[in-house]
Amino acid sequence: MSLVVDVEARLGHFTVAAAFEAAAGETVALLGPNGAGKSTLVATLAGIHRPSSGRVDLDGRTLDDVVTGRHVPPERREVGVVFQDRLLFPHLSAMENVAFPLRALGVARREARSRAADLLARLGLAQRADARPADLSGGEAQRVALARALIREPRLLLLDEPLAALDVRARTHVRALVRRELIGFAGVRLLVTHDPVEAMNLADRMVLVEDGRVTQIGTPGEVRAAPRTPYAAELVGMNLFTGRLERLEAGAGRLVTSEGDVVVAWPPGIDGALESVIGLLRPADVSLHVRPPEGASARNVLAGTVTSVSVEGERARVRIDASPPLVAEVTLGSVERLGIREGTRLWASFKAVEVRVQAI
Amino acid sequence: MAAPKRTTPGVFVVLAVLGIAFVTLPLAGLIQRTPWSRAADVLTSDSSLTALRLSIVVATSAAVVSLVLGFPLAWVLSRSSFPGRRVVRGLVILPLVMPPVVGGVALLAVFGRRGFLGAPLNNVFGVQLTFTTPAAVLAAAFVSFPLAVLALEAGLRSLDTRLEDAAATLGGSRWYVLRRVTLPMLAPQIAAGLVLCWARALGEFGATITFAGNLQGRTQTLPLAVFERLQTDPDGAIALSLLLVAVSLAVIVGLRGRFLAAR
Repeated sequence: MSLVVDVEARLGHFTVAAAFEAAAGETVALLGPNGAGKSTLVATLAGIHRPSSGRVDLDGRTLDDVVTGRHVPPERREVGVVFQDRLLFPHLSAMENVAFPLRALGVARREARSRAADLLARLGLAQRADARPADLSGGEAQRVALARALIREPRLLLLDEPLAALDVRARTHVRALVRRELIGFAGVRLLVTHDPVEAMNLADRMVLVEDGRVTQIGTPGEVRAAPRTPYAAELVGMNLFTGRLERLEAGAGRLVTSEGDVVVAWPPGIDGALESVIGLLRPADVSLHVRPPEGASARNVLAGTVTSVSVEGERARVRIDASPPLVAEVTLGSVERLGIREGTRLWASFKAVEVRVQAI
Repeated sequence: MAAPKRTTPGVFVVLAVLGIAFVTLPLAGLIQRTPWSRAADVLTSDSSLTALRLSIVVATSAAVVSLVLGFPLAWVLSRSSFPGRRVVRGLVILPLVMPPVVGGVALLAVFGRRGFLGAPLNNVFGVQLTFTTPAAVLAAAFVSFPLAVLALEAGLRSLDTRLEDAAATLGGSRWYVLRRVTLPMLAPQIAAGLVLCWARALGEFGATITFAGNLQGRTQTLPLAVFERLQTDPDGAIALSLLLVAVSLAVIVGLRGRFLAAR
């Protein structure tokens, strides 16, 4: 029981290609920045958009196969979609919206309505069953959309940015509810989001999509420990350098990136130069100085200008336009003591051993 | 952004008043000349009631025919692209701008006894369309059809097709989605199209008299009855005219807030 995707879909001049699998009872997050091609993938999996090549299999049934020309239309795919802007039917009440899939299957009106009412009650909407979508709050509308997608017990549940349209308070509530319903849903669960917090919170595995390509697949823990692209590193709050590794001296190497060089500890078990490596650096390991540091043990000292300071609790993330660009995490006290603000000229330093190097 | 207040030129005020008079004076004249003592007799006379009944039947049938035929065409025009689509749209609205009497002549050329469809109809099936009530319906539908297509096409264009996509993912077949989502959401445009077609069909004169003739009880609708009475009984014609004005006013009240709403 699983979803097996290996497709390419074209929308205008934009092409998105994705290959991944998702098992029943597992929540997989499709995570990527806006414009990465996630919505095109959603439309393709839902059957609204035909792939340009490849195939989609769900529970052993082929939904799309470009080679044989097979395409199962949306109404026969058994894929339940919660659309980003919900797309509730404005002329139907909340209950009629939820009963719609059952009525389409030919379930008698009374039974469809009573099952819709039960599901709405489970989602805490018993009082709002007769309301029109226009009269529902964002959180309520989201729950109605979820109920409508769930009621027919589809094989695949596809949630497209389920929390994006909600304000912060509704989001917390709906997130808990979505988590509960996801856990209770037996089929394949696919969550499409641009929000790493949402993905890390709700997903068992993450599929990172950038520029129409899958760049990394792994559990949230794996991605957090070893992001493979600058975007992934940014998601998990790490500095990431990609480039060529050259021998510098005993125990040390130089990581040459397109934006500047970094001195790193030589990775064990590797002899010669490597064409393609990534180096990861935790922002907390970067020290900031208002003057060039002297006599420090840090092998990397980079001058640069502060481009942004964002405060998270007692800490601040300072973005520095150095070569290569860096993010440093320091205490609020340091920010005040050093007088750091946008445009401040300063020096960042970190030890070679603090950069974790791996071949790719 | 609020529009800045502008002063209206005095000459425009005068011309605007003239414009209002242009529309209301004839109506006032009609009311002033109405023979109120005889009005009830004229309106309840057999010929008037027959014409009124026929008018309602013809206008309603024509509006329904226009809408039923207009919907698939509006769908094709709004949702598919094919070479010559603009030409097709131009042809469709032709009856709207064409003189109705020319429409009647054209219908006669096709469905008349010697027309290229009328002749086989007559020879093979023994059906003669001209001078029958269906001919009056056909003439009225011919002139009101473009209004149905335009109203429905505008409605279909403003519809969010993603709602239909969503309905499909929820298991709705094409027909089910059409019945439960598309048509209900088009209800305002369907109602507007129905009223516009009905009003246009009610007033049809030229195409009807040319193609269907002026036979009491079969093809003589109210406008034709007014025209006929004008030759012999001008006062009676005025009373009948007033009836048509009343019906037209009712249409405007019915449409209130749809097309007449101020922006």
